[in-house]
Formats: sequence, structure tokens, C-alpha cells
Amino acid sequence: MIDQIFVALKHWLVELAPNPCQPLLSALIDVAAIIGVFATLFAITTILERKGLGRIQNRYGPNRVGPFGVLQPLADGIKALIKEDLVPRGADRVVHFLAPLVLVTPVFLALAVVPVGRNMVAMDIDAGVLFFFAVGAATELSVFMAGWSSRNKYSLLGAMRALAQMISYEVPLILSAVTVIMIAGSLSTVKIIEAQAGYAGGLPRWFVLTPWGLAGFILFMIAATAESNRSPFDLPEGESEIIAGYYIEYSGFKFALFFLGEYIGMFAVSGLAITLFLGGWHAPFPFLTWVPSYIWFFGKLLVLPAAFIWVRGTQPRLRMDQLMNFAWKFMLPMALVNLVAAGLWRFLDPGFSRWVVCSFLVLGPYILLGRGLFQRKHLGKRIYRYAE
Amino acid sequence: MLGEGMVKGMVETARNFLGSYVQDERLVTVQYPEERIPQIEAARNFPFLVYDGDNWEKGLRCVACQICEKECPPQCIYITKSKDKKPDHAGKPQLYPAVFDIDISVCMSCQICVEVCPFDAIKMDTEFELSTSDRFGGLLLHAKDLAKPNTYFRKLHPTEAAEADARLAAEKAKAEAKAKADAEAKAKAAAGIKPPAPAPKAASALAQ
Repeated sequence: MIDQIFVALKHWLVELAPNPCQPLLSALIDVAAIIGVFATLFAITTILERKGLGRIQNRYGPNRVGPFGVLQPLADGIKALIKEDLVPRGADRVVHFLAPLVLVTPVFLALAVVPVGRNMVAMDIDAGVLFFFAVGAATELSVFMAGWSSRNKYSLLGAMRALAQMISYEVPLILSAVTVIMIAGSLSTVKIIEAQAGYAGGLPRWFVLTPWGLAGFILFMIAATAESNRSPFDLPEGESEIIAGYYIEYSGFKFALFFLGEYIGMFAVSGLAITLFLGGWHAPFPFLTWVPSYIWFFGKLLVLPAAFIWVRGTQPRLRMDQLMNFAWKFMLPMALVNLVAAGLWRFLDPGFSRWVVCSFLVLGPYILLGRGLFQRKHLGKRIYRYAE
Repeated sequence: MLGEGMVKGMVETARNFLGSYVQDERLVTVQYPEERIPQIEAARNFPFLVYDGDNWEKGLRCVACQICEKECPPQCIYITKSKDKKPDHAGKPQLYPAVFDIDISVCMSCQICVEVCPFDAIKMDTEFELSTSDRFGGLLLHAKDLAKPNTYFRKLHPTEAAEADARLAAEKAKAEAKAKADAEAKAKAAAGIKPPAPAPKAASALAQ
């Protein structure tokens, strides 16, 4: 079976080894596969992103290295490797060195619980989603380590912005994922995908095709954008404001590691969004189930970062107060309301009435909260009563 | 409603993205080393010395008057006058520059040398690919590197070249007419009464 070819290959490889070594070898193969596949995907995404952004701005994008510039990631990699590795004299050398590693390790760890195909998950643990969020929270530590250890005012500013942003958006990110856990009744990523199997009326039973699922998916993706520090939530590294934020003092391969970590983080969170809302490796239509499951997963994984890139090419950066208002005045209430909607969905009878109730429950607060965000506070000139 | 403007923006960028693959006029980038856009006639970059005929040393219009050297704001021109004289385009013996150097790293392309030159000898080039691997010697251009034929000038700035050619032709015609008149006067003098010989020569020298 072509669907299980990689699983069979791994089994065959593992059985070649003597019995005591087999668990270790199995784990090593998983690690190698994850690092190899996602690092390659990272290289492909960087060139596609640059070309896509170019086209969005009516430019060509990189087209000099190799045919159509496809070898650009290779040139970038070589450039990063041969650049001088600078560490500021006042920097805390150990923390400065550790920060990129602390970023890259957790994002690869997080990928371990994302099923990339049928029977293709490195760790099927009962608390998969919990593990993902626990490990994902370590990126915040890395960002602050980088910003603080550089002993640079801009990088410290960037790190503080990053912490404020990431902690604020962690809440709606997890709350929007909780809806899925409530419906699926499990924290295991494999079980969540199983809960989305099957088709109803020619459409897949993905959670994104329910009112609470759609709202949850959108909230999750917005929070994920903020979590991975991508535009329009790229305040921590805003080039025009604080030059490069927390990684201003990084050069050479450490900088490349930050870059890698950011993109792998984007893949990991996209992979989780696919797992939670987009049916994981399931085919969208019943007549397409013959296509191997991993192709569906990676197909979806290319679509979500494409959306990230599209948003990056369109939206201007938020201001700090807009960012915080959006997180606490819109995202958090919406995520809480969405929890109620998911609960009702679970206990109401399946049918038309369930759709109407849940849709109203999601749409009503959306419109009201949106209006609240648009309300203009007329802040006049400040008057000093006593200081004049 | 919230998100409306965002959707509008996304549609616009999507139109840009897809449009750039079907409409060539969207991509305004000129892929420089392979593609070039023709320069406008008034383009200027760096001065060159005009010469008539085929031999640059003989045909150089410059008479080493050093006006451009004195007027050059960043002082990037260096001229040494010659000891002997050679005939110019009108056949009159003139000095010529033994050394004529321009430092292109100093030149600011202001065209003042062109404007002050009374002999139409220095003009602006449009050549801009002037990079060199030798940053000291390579950036100092000598008369040999600077000399370009008049045909090149005509191709570069046709209007300006036509004006300069007309001016030079008029001068030449005037000089020839004068020479002819002188010769006639001389012949007449030889035949008849002796006129005051140095007077016409002095007049012609003044005219020049």
C-alpha cells in the first residue's frame, strides 16, 4: 500500500537492528524524518514566500540563483554559514548562545505530536495537545533570552513586546483549541483526527465546517500568527521601529537558526490547526480517499503558510495598543463565547436548530465586539490644570 | 463590519499576485544586465573629449585653454599644455593638451565644463558602467580614454551635436573666407601697390 509505505519502510529498518536497540532506533528514525522533512519544507517556503511577496508587490522576487531562483535557499544557507558569528562584548555569552537552541528544540519537539499521515505520528501520547502547548510556550523563553542577553536596548524592547504579545495571545490560542477537545473528548491528536473521519452529505465532517469550528479556526489562526511573530503581529521584530527586535545582535548561523525556528514554529502551529480543525490527513471528499494520507496533510500544510504569507503581504503592522485591545477585547471574549457555542453544539439535538443557535451565538458577539473595537474614543488635547 | 477592510486588502493583493503572471505591464522591473531601457537624449553622466576624423590625437578639439579646469567645482580635471602647436579643425595652429586627466571618482556630473568650453571640445557621455577593479589608477581617466569621435557624439545627443557641428562649420567657413580674402589681398598687393602687410593678419588673429 502506497499509503503506508513510509510506515512499512520504518518497520523494516527497525527490524534489522538487534532487539534491545529497536525502540531507540525507531525514535531516531522519527527524529531524522521530522528534521529532514520540515527543514526541507522550510527551505522551500522561504523561496516561495519571497517570490510570492514579490508578486504581491508586482516584483519578480529572487530569480538569479539557478532556474527561476529555486536555488536561492542554498545560497542563503551558504551565506549564513560563512558569515562571522558576532557576540556583543557586553552580552551574556552563555544565554546568548543558548537562545536560538531553546527556540529550535521546542518547535521540533512540538511537531512530534502532529500526525502527518495515517499511523504516521512520532509520539501518540494521551495529552498530545497539552504537550504541544506546553512545549510551544518555551519559545517565549527563548525570545526573552535572546532579547535580554544581547544587552541592547532595541533587543530588550523587542523581547518585552514579544512577551506581552505572546502571553496575551496564548490565551485565545488555547481557548479556541479547547472547543475541539470538548467535542472530540480527547487530548490525543490521533483521536481528534479520528473524530473528524467520515463524510456527511458529500462533505467531510471536519470541525471547521461547523459554526463554532469556523470561529475557532479563525481565532486559532489569528492567535497563531501572533504566536509565531508574523506580520501583522510582528511588533517584536518590527524592522522600521526596533530594527530586528530580539535578534538584532545575532548574525551568521545563529540568525539562521532563529529564522528556522520561526518557520518551523509556523509549520507546527499550522499542523496543529490542520489536526484540530481541518481533519488532519483526511481527504476532503470521499472520492479522493485513494490519495495517500500524507499528501493530504502536506497539501494542507502548504495552504496554511500560503495564507500566512498572503496576510503578511497585505496587512500593515499593528500598534501596541491595537494589539492589546484586539487580544483582550475581541479575541478573548470571542473565544469564551465560542466555548459556550461548542458546548451547546454538543448537547443540542443534531439538526437545523443546532446550526441556527450556534451561528447566532457566534455571529452576534462578532458583530457587537467588532463595533466595540471600532468605537472611536475622542481623545482631545490633554489639559493640565495645575502645571500651566 | 470588523474584517471588511482586511478582506478588501486581501482581494487587492490577490489581484496583484495573479495579475503579475498574466499582465506584463504590471511588472515594471527592468532586469538590468540582460534588459536595458534606452536612455533619454538629455541623459548625462560623465564628460568625454570630442575629436574629428579618425585619429584621436590629431583630431582632438581641445586647445588646452584650461577654462574647464578652472571652472570645475570639485576640481577633478587636470590639464598640462603642450609645448608645440598643431592645426585645429579650421587649420589654425593651436596648443593641445599634453595631459588631460579626469578623476571620475571626484566628478559630480554637473556639466559646467561643457557649458564653459568655447570649442565644443568636451561633452557629456551617457556611459554609466564605469566600475573598475583598480580604485586608484582605474578611476583616473587619461586623454586616450576620454577621447571619443564626433560620430559617437552625434549618435548620443543628436540635437546638441547638430548645433555644435553647425557652429564649427560656420567658424570654419568664416576662417576659409578670411584666408581666401587674405590670399586675394596678398595677390593684389603682389601685383599692384603694397598695402600695409601686418594689418589683415592682426585683424584675423583678433577675429579668431
